[in-house]
Amino acid sequence: MPLIAITDVRKRFGANEVLKGIDLDVAAGEVCAIIGRSGSGKSTLLRCVNGLETIDGGSILVAGTHVSSEDQQLRALRLKVGMIFQQFNLFPHLTAGRNVMLSPMVVRKMPVGEAEDLARRMLDRVGLGQKFDAYPDQLSGGQQQRVAIARALAMQPLALLCDEITSALDPELVNEVLAVVGELAADGMTLMMVTHEMRFARQVCDRVVFMHQGRIHEIGPPDELFSAPRTPELRQFLGSTAH
Amino acid sequence: MIEFSTWDILRNLLLAARWTVLLSAVAFLGGGLAGLLVLVMRTARRPLPRRFALGFIELFQGTPLLMQLFLAFFALSLVGINMPPWLAAGLALVLWTAAFLAEIWRGCVEAIPRGQWEASASLGMGYLEQMRHVILPQALRIAVPPTVGFSVQVVKGTALTSIIGFVELSKAGTMITNATFQPFTVYALVALLYFVLCWPLSVASRFLERRLNAPHRHH
Repeated sequence: MPLIAITDVRKRFGANEVLKGIDLDVAAGEVCAIIGRSGSGKSTLLRCVNGLETIDGGSILVAGTHVSSEDQQLRALRLKVGMIFQQFNLFPHLTAGRNVMLSPMVVRKMPVGEAEDLARRMLDRVGLGQKFDAYPDQLSGGQQQRVAIARALAMQPLALLCDEITSALDPELVNEVLAVVGELAADGMTLMMVTHEMRFARQVCDRVVFMHQGRIHEIGPPDELFSAPRTPELRQFLGSTAH
Repeated sequence: MIEFSTWDILRNLLLAARWTVLLSAVAFLGGGLAGLLVLVMRTARRPLPRRFALGFIELFQGTPLLMQLFLAFFALSLVGINMPPWLAAGLALVLWTAAFLAEIWRGCVEAIPRGQWEASASLGMGYLEQMRHVILPQALRIAVPPTVGFSVQVVKGTALTSIIGFVELSKAGTMITNATFQPFTVYALVALLYFVLCWPLSVASRFLERRLNAPHRHH
């Protein structure tokens, strides 16, 4: 059974239908990249998976639980899937360590000492053990994004959703974040990532999904998709992003 | 005819000013707590509390404080509830303050970027947990200057309670004028006392605004 099962998902913003029937299964441990032009619906799809957007049709199952708009169910779902954002969204009034500790303490009722140990382990895992007491505005963008990853990992999710997590970074900071994501992938974490890093997608992902105008236009292993795109849209898209 | 010295006048005004201070404090603290409740309802996800809070705010912002005082004092007496002036004054001011503070604070809550809500929701937090641990601590920082600024309005608002017979600074001024026939001296002193109460608050508001807008705001 797939960990994330997306079936005929539809989503509209007013008159604009951004998802026109998406079917996609992501297996446990799979790393799945979603590529496509801006406005193709890839970020919306990701946000639907953890309920930040409600869907207008179809169904999404995560580890056997339906994604609904019901509060209690939504919270249960979010304990299973973590999300990392383009703009990091760290809590600016808390130190890096406290950012990581907050949710385990508030949601899982973990005692302070235990949460602190956990936060140190998670920050070590992203290579920022020494930044425990730094505030977000004292960290570089790459470091902030790694803290955000540690924060998501502290909730021990089954899957991580990454929404263009390197797009807001200066080019020289992109690799440190991708290295962390690469390690997670190697450790067997299930990842769904919207990305513009084609080289990374090619190296790390098991499968690449190309979205075009609200539909999955092409899907397959990265080697196949990148070296032999079947549709003119993908060929054009790859041509325009080739460095 | 009895002679009143300026000191006699001032002394009696100072005694009455204690009630102005007390009423302001009650209005501000009670209104603050009630305002927090209205704020949580106003920004809730469910439509029912949101609508109730909006109605409450519109009602108290859209009618003069004077009418609210009259209604609290006279209307409740009509239905047989005996309202002493201090209770009617306190009640009306608390509700009035709550409506304004809730609206001031809503602006501050909405100034917090949406990403903060989304990130905390993604970590499994519920609405009240998000508010308590993520949104309000950040909103508080920007809310302090306008809140302190509004407390000046509360102090001046207490003057209206003299109309329903609550003896605070303004009412005492009227009573002393009736006895001394020195309206200019008396009301000048009344105004001076209000100024002494309000001016430090205005200064504090400006100071806090500068202080909290400084580039490195934590620690």
